[in-house]
Amino acid sequence: MASEGDRRPDLEVEARRSRVLGGLRLEAEGARGVAIALLSTAVFLTAVVVAVTQSPGWPEVHRAFFGWHDITSTFPEIARAFKLNVKIFLVCEVFILILALVIAVLRSLPGPVFFPLRALAIIYTDLARGVPTILVIALLGYGVPGLQLQGVPTSRVFWAGVGLVLVYSGYVAEVYRAGIESVHPSQEAAARSLGLSRFQALRRVILPQAVRRVIPPLLNDFIGLQKDTALVGTLGVVEAFNQSMIDSSATFTFGAYLAAASLFVLLTIPLARLTDWLILRDRRRRQAGGLLT
Amino acid sequence: MRKLGLFGLGLLVIALAAACGSTKKQTATGGSPSSCAKGSLNLVTPGQLTVGTDNPAFPPWYGGTPHSPWKVSDPRSGKGYESAVAYAVAKQLGFSKSEVTWVHVPFATSYAPGSKSFDFDINQISYTPARAKQVAFSDSYYDVNQSVVVNNGTKIASVTTVKGLAPYELGAQLGTTSYQFIQNTIKPAKKPSVFPTNAGAVQALKNKQIDGLVVDLPTAFYVTAVQVPNSKVLGQFPAQPGGEHFGLVLAKGNSLVTCVNKALSTLRGNGTLMQLQQQWLAKATGAPILK
Repeated sequence: MASEGDRRPDLEVEARRSRVLGGLRLEAEGARGVAIALLSTAVFLTAVVVAVTQSPGWPEVHRAFFGWHDITSTFPEIARAFKLNVKIFLVCEVFILILALVIAVLRSLPGPVFFPLRALAIIYTDLARGVPTILVIALLGYGVPGLQLQGVPTSRVFWAGVGLVLVYSGYVAEVYRAGIESVHPSQEAAARSLGLSRFQALRRVILPQAVRRVIPPLLNDFIGLQKDTALVGTLGVVEAFNQSMIDSSATFTFGAYLAAASLFVLLTIPLARLTDWLILRDRRRRQAGGLLT
Repeated sequence: MRKLGLFGLGLLVIALAAACGSTKKQTATGGSPSSCAKGSLNLVTPGQLTVGTDNPAFPPWYGGTPHSPWKVSDPRSGKGYESAVAYAVAKQLGFSKSEVTWVHVPFATSYAPGSKSFDFDINQISYTPARAKQVAFSDSYYDVNQSVVVNNGTKIASVTTVKGLAPYELGAQLGTTSYQFIQNTIKPAKKPSVFPTNAGAVQALKNKQIDGLVVDLPTAFYVTAVQVPNSKVLGQFPAQPGGEHFGLVLAKGNSLVTCVNKALSTLRGNGTLMQLQQQWLAKATGAPILK
């Protein structure tokens, strides 16, 4: 009893010591890892910086692109113009999410009766994704108002928005469709056997699962849309990109481009991180679900 | 967090490098500026004068029947004011017509950093002090006035003053000084549009998506005569203090600019520039001045 009592603390101390040592070892390894990471990053960045700054054209590039005054003096006006980009993508995104869902549902309709609708949806997604966005915007922005029809808007922002909605709906419809097809057919069979109509099964069982699964790729397309609002500038509308081109051509420098780019980045980075987080959360949930079933 | 820190460190290093770079001396290209002998000129291709302009090349600056790759006009024709000036300058520098090559230089490319594909670019580019810090400008080959084109029968068509233009939606072409003019002098109520291409600007005027298009006067006459049916030059703007002129654009530090200026000075002195303006831009003189 006594001997046991004597030995146990020893063992415990031993165990604790090894745990502590192990922890220290782990910590040391971690610190070593960080040191290596820091060193390799420093070496890499130094190499890049040296390569860039020692290049024969660097003084000229530096003068043209990194003029601090060019960047800061143009920033406020570009930021004001950027409000239009934000407006365009917020409004367009709503219509894209609705139109794309309709197209995806049409394409997922089973049975020979719905063949024409399915064909239409396929042709639509092919065309919407096939024609370059800049062409769609130019064709709509200059073409439709050119018809001079009564009651048809001539606003270039309006038609550029329509162009973005048409193009992005093609992409987003395919994202939705992937989601819909990822829901096992037994789900629909089960819903129908419970007495739900085809529409009810779609609305209450299939779509909620499908949409939840594709939220990360949907956000991905949303980020793409934010950047493509710059294409509206090709119609002469002064949004952030066009404003930066104006500033650039006024001084023959490119600092304004960096100002515009930074605005787009500031907007997309939070959304990109949100997308990452959603993907991570989704993976955790599914892994947890896997353990349960 | 740690990753973010690293990223920040990286940005800092790059920013520092960018800041340090500014102290470096600029590398000047070219030889001695004193000699303008053909053999000693600093050229992209030795023995050849390479001239840049944008494609399509529009009248009245360029003329002749277009041949591939040129559209609308052909700079190689020697017809049109800028083509004629380019060949006249070439002749002064000692180049025959066959020793002149034309290259397509989009506007933004003319001032992008890096080696240039042209000896000089002639593309209705206005001189401004800010621009002259980034490229070399020759002296004036044309003193230009801005003007406004409108559709006949529209409200704006009866305006006679600069102030009267303020309530309307105006447009300009990207890279022209017309946009600065609209912003600083007309100060319109509606944000003006700026079109990356001539085609876009013209279409918007045709569609009445803008009320008036501000362009240089010779271009205005071409727009009304050919591009937009049933339109007119409403008027030209009063000359700005110091005036506005087009200059040839060369790479910064290129010694060729001295020789080009010498050539332009000769052409101005012997009346060639005036004669070419009368030949190609005669139409572009009779527009009322907006008060």
